[in-house]
This record gives sequence, C-alpha cells and structure tokens, in this order.
Amino acid sequence: MAEVATQTAHQDGHHDHEEPSFWSKYVFSTDHKIIGFQYLFTGLAMAIIGGFFSYVFRMQLAFPGSSVPFYGVVSPAAYNMLITNHGTIMIFWVAMPVLIAALGNFLIPLMIGCDDMVFPKLNRLSYQIFLLSTIVLIASFFVPQGGFGGAWTSYTPLSAKAEYNGTPFGAPLWLLAVTLEIVAFLIGGINFITTTMNARAKGMKLYDIPMVVWMIVIASILFMASVGPLVAGAVMLFFDQVLGTSFFDPAAGGDPVLWQHLFWFFGHPEVYVVLLPAMGVVAEIMCTFARKKLFGYKMILYSSVGLGILSFFVWAHHQFISGVDPRAAYLFTTTTLLISIPVAIMLFAFIATLWGGSIKFNTPMLFAMAFLGEFLIGGVTGIWLGSSGVDVYLHDTYFVLAHFHYTFVPIAVIAVFAAIYYWFPKMFGRMMNDTWGKIHFWGTIIPFNGIFLPLFVLGASGQHRRIYNFQNFPDLASENFQDLRIFATGSLIVLILFQIPFFVNFIVSLKRGEKASRNPWKSNTLEWVAPSPPPHGNFGDELPVVYRGPYEYSVEDREEDYWPQNQPPQAAARS
Amino acid sequence: MLEKLVPRGSTYAADIDLLFDVITYLVGFWFILVFGFFLYCLFRFRRKAGVKAQYITGETHKQKMAIEVPHYLILGCDVVILIMTFFVWHKVKIDMPTPDEEVRIVAQQWAWSFYHAGQDGILGTEDDIATVNELHIKAGTQYKFHLEATDVMHSFSVPIFRLKQDAIPGRIIYGHFNALDTVIGEWDIQCAEMCGYMHGGMGARLFVETPEQHAEWIAANTPDHLKTASIAATTTQESKEDAKNG
Ligand code: HEM
Ligand SMILES: [Cu+2]
Ligand SMILES: [Cu+2]
Repeated sequence: MAEVATQTAHQDGHHDHEEPSFWSKYVFSTDHKIIGFQYLFTGLAMAIIGGFFSYVFRMQLAFPGSSVPFYGVVSPAAYNMLITNHGTIMIFWVAMPVLIAALGNFLIPLMIGCDDMVFPKLNRLSYQIFLLSTIVLIASFFVPQGGFGGAWTSYTPLSAKAEYNGTPFGAPLWLLAVTLEIVAFLIGGINFITTTMNARAKGMKLYDIPMVVWMIVIASILFMASVGPLVAGAVMLFFDQVLGTSFFDPAAGGDPVLWQHLFWFFGHPEVYVVLLPAMGVVAEIMCTFARKKLFGYKMILYSSVGLGILSFFVWAHHQFISGVDPRAAYLFTTTTLLISIPVAIMLFAFIATLWGGSIKFNTPMLFAMAFLGEFLIGGVTGIWLGSSGVDVYLHDTYFVLAHFHYTFVPIAVIAVFAAIYYWFPKMFGRMMNDTWGKIHFWGTIIPFNGIFLPLFVLGASGQHRRIYNFQNFPDLASENFQDLRIFATGSLIVLILFQIPFFVNFIVSLKRGEKASRNPWKSNTLEWVAPSPPPHGNFGDELPVVYRGPYEYSVEDREEDYWPQNQPPQAAARS
Repeated sequence: MLEKLVPRGSTYAADIDLLFDVITYLVGFWFILVFGFFLYCLFRFRRKAGVKAQYITGETHKQKMAIEVPHYLILGCDVVILIMTFFVWHKVKIDMPTPDEEVRIVAQQWAWSFYHAGQDGILGTEDDIATVNELHIKAGTQYKFHLEATDVMHSFSVPIFRLKQDAIPGRIIYGHFNALDTVIGEWDIQCAEMCGYMHGGMGARLFVETPEQHAEWIAANTPDHLKTASIAATTTQESKEDAKNG
C-alpha cells in the first residue's frame, strides 16, 4: 500500500520530497523517461541475444558441423530456430523498442516541451505488455521440441501445422509473442501521436516540431494503419495452430498465399516504420554538428509522408514469384521503383544539408554520417530487387539478405549508436568518452562492410537464404565460396569484439563520465533546455515557450552559431 | 556480370543478365555521383577555425530545383528499367512458348520428384519416368513444367536458368525453360522457400543432356515391356545420325 501511496504522490508533481522506492521509481513508474529507459535496456539486452544468434549461425556457415564455442553443434532445426528468432528479435525486439519506443518516450515530451506523455498510465501498460511479450518469446526457445524455425515471415502452411514445422509449442508461442508485441506498440503509438498533437509547448507550430519527433509520429501512424491485417492474420493463424481450423490450409479450402499478403501488407511499411525514426535521429545530429539548418525541412517532411503512403502499395514485390498472378508484377514493380523517388529526395536533402556546413566529427556525427553512406548502399541495391525481371533470379538469395542488412543495420545499429552517443548526456547527465567512441565506430563500420559485401557476391552466385550448410549443394561447395563465408564470419567476430569498448564506455561513463551541462552540444531543440538529466516533470516549474524552428544554426548577423527554440527574440538583440 | 559467377543456361538467362547489367550501370552511375558528392561535402566542409557555416534553408526556388531536377533524371532511369523489366518479365513469366516436352515437378518435405515424359514424349502416360532429386532434360528443347507441392510452400530454383518459382500446395503452377547446349552437365537445383527442418538439404541435381545422351537415359530407364512402342523412334534417330556422319 505504501508503494501505491508514493506512486500517486509522485504523479502529483515534482514538489514532493519523499524519496520514492526503487520499485515505484524504476519499475512501475509512469515517467516517460523511465519508460524510455525500460524500452532501451530491454532492447539492448535483446540485441545481445539476437547478435549472439547471428554469431552462432554464421559460425555454422563458416565451419559447418563443427562445435561452435559457447553453443555447441548446430542441428538443422537449431539453425532454423536461430535465424528465425534472430530476425524476429532484431526487428520486433530491437529496432522497434529502441527506435520508436525508447526514443519516442524519452524524446517526445522533452523535445516538444511538456512534462510527460498525455496518457502516462497507458504508456506504462504498453511497456508491461511488451515485457510480457519478451518473456513469452524467450520462453518459446525452451519448450519441448524447441523454438519456432519457420523464418520470421512465418509462411503458411508451414507455420500453421505442427506436423509440418515440428514445433507444436514453439510456433504458437512465437506467434503469441509477436502479437503481444504489436499490441504494446499500438498502445504506445496512440500516446506518441496524441502527445505531439496536443501537448506542444506554447508557440511551437507544426513546422517547429523537430524532425525526429515528426518521424516517430509518422512511423506510428504507418504502423497503426498497416498492422490491422496482420493482427487479423495472426489470430487466424493461431486458430489454425491450436484449434485446428484451416484458414491457410488448401486441403480444407483455405488459402496459403493469403498469409503472405497480410504479412507483407504490414511488413513493407514496417521497414519504413523503423527507417523514419532513424532518419530523424540523423537529422538532429547532423544539424547540430554541421551547424546547419536542415535543408528543405518541408520537402523532407512531405517526402516522408509520400513515402509512407506509397509504402502501402508495394507489398507484393516480396511475392513476385510466389504464385500470385504474374501480371501483378507490372503494378508492383512500378510502385516499387517509384518509391525510390521520395527516399532519394530525403537522402539528397540530408546530404545537401552538409553543404556549407562546419562539420565536427565526434562520435555521434560519425555514426550519423555512416548511416547515410551505408543506407545509400542498402537503398540502391533495392532497385535490382524491385525489378521483377531480376528478382526472379535474386529472390531469396544472399543478395536480398545483404541488401536488407544494409538497410537494417544502419537503422537498428548505426543510428541507434548515434542516438545513444548523442543523447547520453541528457539521459544520464554525463558525457561518454569520445576517443573510445571513435574506436568503437571504426571497429563497427569496417567489419560491418566486411560481413555483408561478400554476401552480395555469394547471393549473385545463386546462394540461397536459410540454408544451414552449403556443402549440401555441390555448385555452392567450392573453396572460393567457403573462403568468402569464412571472411564474413571473421568480420562478424571482429565486429562483436569491438562492441566491448562500447559497453565499457557506457557503464563507466554512467558513473564516472564528465558531468554534462544542460546543452553540451550547443543544440537548439528543447530537450537541451532541461537539466541533464531532466527531473521528473522535465523542465521544473515553467515549461519552455517556443519562438522559432528547431534548426536555426549559423543565422547571419548573429554572433552565436545556434539559436535555441526557446530563446526570446529580445535576447537575440542583446547577444 | 552474372554470367561470370554462374553460367547462363537458359534461353532467357541472357535477358535477365542484360537487365541486371543495365540496372548496374544506371544505379552505379547515380551511386558513385551521390556517394562522391557526399564524401566531398564531408571533406570540404569539415570544421575549420574561424569559418562559420552558411545559413541555407533549402526553401528557395533555386534550392528546391537543385533537389528536384536530378529526380526527374532518376525518374527517367526508373522508366528505362521499368520498360526493360516488363519485357523480361513477359518473356520469363507470362509468355508460354509452345512446348516440345513437358515435365512434372512435385516438391514435398524434403525431396523433389520429377516425372519425365518418357519415350513417347507425352506426360501422364504409362512410360513416364519418375525420379527423386534428379531432373534430366534435353538441351535445346522447349520445356513446360507443372509445379506442385504436397505439403508446404517450396520454391523451385535453378540458378543457371535464372529461374525461380514457388510451389504452392493445392495448386499447379506452369512455367517454361529451354536449356542451352553450352551447359551440358550437372547443376544444382535448390529449394528457395523455407519449408521446415531439412529445407537446408533440399537440393536436387539437374542433368542437361544432349539429345543422344537423353535418349540413352530414357532407354535405360524404361522398363522392357514398354520399350517396343518406341524402337522405331530410336532407329530413325540412329539412321539420322548415320546420314549426318556419312
Ligand atoms: C551485424 C549483425 C548481423 C549479422 C551478422 C546478421 C546476419 C544475418 C544472417 C547471416 C542472416 C541469414 C541467415 C540465413 O538466412 O541462413 C540473417 C537473417 C536476418 N537478419 Fe540479420 N544480421 C545482423 C543484424 C541484423 C539486424 C540489426 C537486423 C534487423 C533489424 C537483422 C534482421 C534479419 C532478418 C529479418 C533476417 C531474416 C531471418 C529469416 O530469414 O527469417 N539482422 N542475419
Ligand atoms: Cu518490401
Ligand atoms: Cu525448402
């Protein structure tokens, strides 16, 4: 009861001086920052699991059949389970929670200048459901006959019947976990959108909203609009699995291809759901360290809306050869190539922002720039695949795999590191070490390319995905190919080792890093007005008032090269 | 470019390879341009003491045009790729050339069954030759395939043909290929759709044979009591050979 009492007292405001207990402060908190941290740390912990899985299956591919250190021999069933859950974890339990939930929760109230989300309890519920989904997913690895191995796309009828997938418990639990995760994000999304629309600081007009906040809001709208069919599909699939219905079973009149439509109708917008927040992160960091106004704010904003709308009309590019009427490919190739236009506009505008800048290459900026460079590779390689004529050959090969890792790794790894290095001072009130940050940067970027560039070659050579041992295919068993595989795996191990400096830097900086001022990067947006770290309620007694857009850097005739959003114009005259 | 990695084995492989190359040149051009410009900006505008950044909004007409105009050119490239794609796609997946031979392919967890037409050249008759994980075809012959799956989704992928087609339980999907005589020999067939436990071992071998080799293989695999009907065919074949040599 005492706990409940503190909690309500806590909610009433920051004026109460009673020390809240650990539980009410960190576990059952409704403070948006704490919920953001819960998502961040859960996401990072899951990244370690997802990364460990990739280590295990890459070792198996490089040295088939041998015992993998810290794991053991990888059976075909284990291989399938590892790749399935690697993909599932990285997308649903790393990219989504970190880029949308952690950053959205931490940043939105701070950047729009309010004291919390408009629905704090709903926010807490969202994390609790997410945590439950995490537990269900991890439990699914340990049930009899093992975790689900039918790929993260979970195509029916393989996923629908235990007699086909061999995982009577793993498959439904996997599906349950994914569904719960989706519910958590639906709840969270409501909060992001309503808060941004209703709780902005006085004076903040729509075009004064920082890009990362817009991106998270647009991403949430995209997510909510696309996920409905998937939830319906998931319920049907769950019935097929546990009640023996036949929605996806052709023998009883069901349609196995239906699932693919429902999945990809969500699945393609989903890649933009995680891309947009990452682009937003990069925009904030880039403007700060290039001391530049974002080039074409409205153009970027409208392009991302256009991108979002178009993304609903491309899903069947994943299904060119899946038995849908082949004439559909004409339409979906066209929309897919068209979508290159808004993406390219955004990237061009980002690069144009650098023009005339004064670029400081510290760790967050290095990661932000690496995002642009690497994502460019990921983006352009999509053109080969979007062309149905070439996709006949490349579909489901490692070319596809390398392509989407060149989009997902910049999003879920590179942009996430950029965000952590950039907002760490605000989150924890201390600075991270920049030298170790740079070591971590090069140790991540170089081996990342070392992993995936060879995989383009292997994919173009006809090597397919989701295969536990290429020695089973004589044409792929050559020594040259095996050398490429070993090179990729070796690069991965280097990459993993270079994450140690990051974790050490993170933990040591939490305790002993140099104390951060309110605005260590001399940035314009409102989160830098609050103390580092911001207290419960964020800004103290007086919420900030906004006078201008977020990117007024290097304005002519001003002495200072930045102009915080909340600085009254009179103060400008004085400076 | 692809032909350096995997030989071209079908009549439409060259079209797909050409499309791949065209995309490589068009996309490569833009990629180098943009990436080069990006690196140039990073280098040229690195922080220097005493140099202030410029204030550029990107909202003036001229600046907007600087972004817009390249995108008309990119759109132009997209259109070129699209048109070529339509032709290639039509040839590979929509068009159905009149077949000389037919073959039935059945995928199941985790094996491929192939039903060859046999000596009479007609699929679905008594002398059909069924094999597991071995597909025997004659080079220079237009094939129509009937693709089926008995349990879950599979995908019939033949890298040297540049061909891939998912197999769906409950449906028969038709497609075609015509092997070049430059690839006489043995090649991989892979399953390209996750189909459960042994998906990673679900390969088969493709034997591309000369007409003579193929006739021999058929003869060797036809039970004796079915052979009579086509002795005539073999003899005419032999006499043709003699005529050629003589
Ligand atoms: C840098 C570390 C990573 C490495 C080395 C890695 C490696 C791989 C490899 C080799 C596969 C293919 C396995 C196979 O098909 O046999 C794979 C699958 C996949 N990865 Fe990653 N990956 C990494 C990070 C990520 C990230 C950050 C994401 C997403 C945010 C991601 C998403 C996926 C997905 C969706 C699949 C497909 C799984 C499936 O086929 O069902 N990966 N990864
Ligand atoms: Cu897609
Ligand atoms: Cu398979």
